[in-house]
Amino acid sequence: MSKILDDLRYADSHEWVKLEGDIATVGITDYAQHALGNIVYVDMPEVGDEVVAGEEFGAVESVKAASDLISPVSGEVVEINEALGDSPELVNEDAFCNWIMKVKVSDPAEIEGLLDAAAYAKICEE
Amino acid sequence: MEENLIKTCLHDRHVKQGALMSPFGGFDMPIQYDGITQEHNAVRQNVGVFDVSHMGEVRVKGPQAYDFVSHIFVNDVTGAPDGQIFYGMMCYENGGTVDDLLVYKVNDQEYFLVINAANIDKDVAWIKKNAEGFDCTVEDESPKYGEVAVQGPKAEETVEKVLGIDCKDIAFYNFKTFQVDGEEIIVSRTGYTGEDGFEIYGSHDYIVKVWDKLMEAGVQPCGLGCRDTLRFEVGLPLYGDELADDITPIEASLSMFVKLDKPGFIGKEALAAQKAEGVKRRIVGIELEGTAVPRHGYPVLVNGEQVGEITTGYKSISTGKSVAMAMINKPYDKLGTEIEVQIRKKTFPGKVVKKRFYDKNYKK
Repeated sequence: MSKILDDLRYADSHEWVKLEGDIATVGITDYAQHALGNIVYVDMPEVGDEVVAGEEFGAVESVKAASDLISPVSGEVVEINEALGDSPELVNEDAFCNWIMKVKVSDPAEIEGLLDAAAYAKICEE
Repeated sequence: MEENLIKTCLHDRHVKQGALMSPFGGFDMPIQYDGITQEHNAVRQNVGVFDVSHMGEVRVKGPQAYDFVSHIFVNDVTGAPDGQIFYGMMCYENGGTVDDLLVYKVNDQEYFLVINAANIDKDVAWIKKNAEGFDCTVEDESPKYGEVAVQGPKAEETVEKVLGIDCKDIAFYNFKTFQVDGEEIIVSRTGYTGEDGFEIYGSHDYIVKVWDKLMEAGVQPCGLGCRDTLRFEVGLPLYGDELADDITPIEASLSMFVKLDKPGFIGKEALAAQKAEGVKRRIVGIELEGTAVPRHGYPVLVNGEQVGEITTGYKSISTGKSVAMAMINKPYDKLGTEIEVQIRKKTFPGKVVKKRFYDKNYKK
């Protein structure tokens, strides 16, 4: 039902990662945006912040609730998606185009510990 | 745990219609059908229907029903015509709130109390305990009744045309009973949304029929999610957020419903003292700059020191502003006071405002 892209890696907390060189682009999945409903606010880190794999780096807020964002990678935030400041609903429109942060990763091999599309699809079915 | 959740008479309908279900007050209730925003807007602009069968109903009957209701209820029902409804609270001796409720006056010897789902057991025990010595009976009729709330500017038209109930002459905060299919139903011009609307009580079978007719007519089904955003925008309290065992109605900024000039009622002395001395804290509105969302329990700060906490907060669907109700220590409760709200690791500036973020649209 939800869209899952084959060329991305996934965390079981419903974030996706695309690694290009040592830059990881991170967002939430289509499944996550659908489960959250209307997104009204994205709490993003600041450029220069250190994020750690498995730890919270921000939050996505629907009308009803706040959900923590868990970083799938470790490193330094080099860019955030400023457009989400004014238009958080973009995440509902396309969760894969509308990434949340870009991280210069400290260990590119870390991504190997994440789920591939098939494994993530199974989690969504459960 | 989940197996113990109570299902309302409309539970099958919610599941079949694909509602997102969640536990609320011991019941398995629909949180949303098509999205909180869509449902919220339907009620503000058109009409929507809520399953509120989880609410509790208690009937007090007997020669001393009036005396007893006066004894446990902070509002004053004296001299009211039959068919009038009062909003108010039941309080403990120390002024803390047992529950907030509606009291329907059937006549001087019969009152119908509508209480919060999560408090049914506690309330019924409290009411029965305090009824000792009064010549009246207390009956928990909650399991008997289903209830729907039809809310929005087109509620009257909908109830008249779709349900065939002659409701246009029912005044705000009044009710009528009707004989339908051999049973008595109750229809009141009340609600919890800030819009015009009706609440309809009847047998489970009747309420299921009402629901089906409304669905056939294309009325938007609404979940508890938008019930909360709607009541919040017009500054109505929710027990558990703005009212609690340890929050008095005076602290909740609901003094207008506490009639200290009527004869003794439970909690009167404590509430009168609190009013005379002034409260140390009270519920106010907060408006934030920006769009970060304040939530229940988040700290409110002045100069880095905590002076209160958020009780309910949203990015208002009707206005788009980030607003909240909060319990704030004096003297920071004054309108215009600059505060900050801590949201996760950051703080966001805002100010104290009136706790009404959207104007009510009642038909009075």
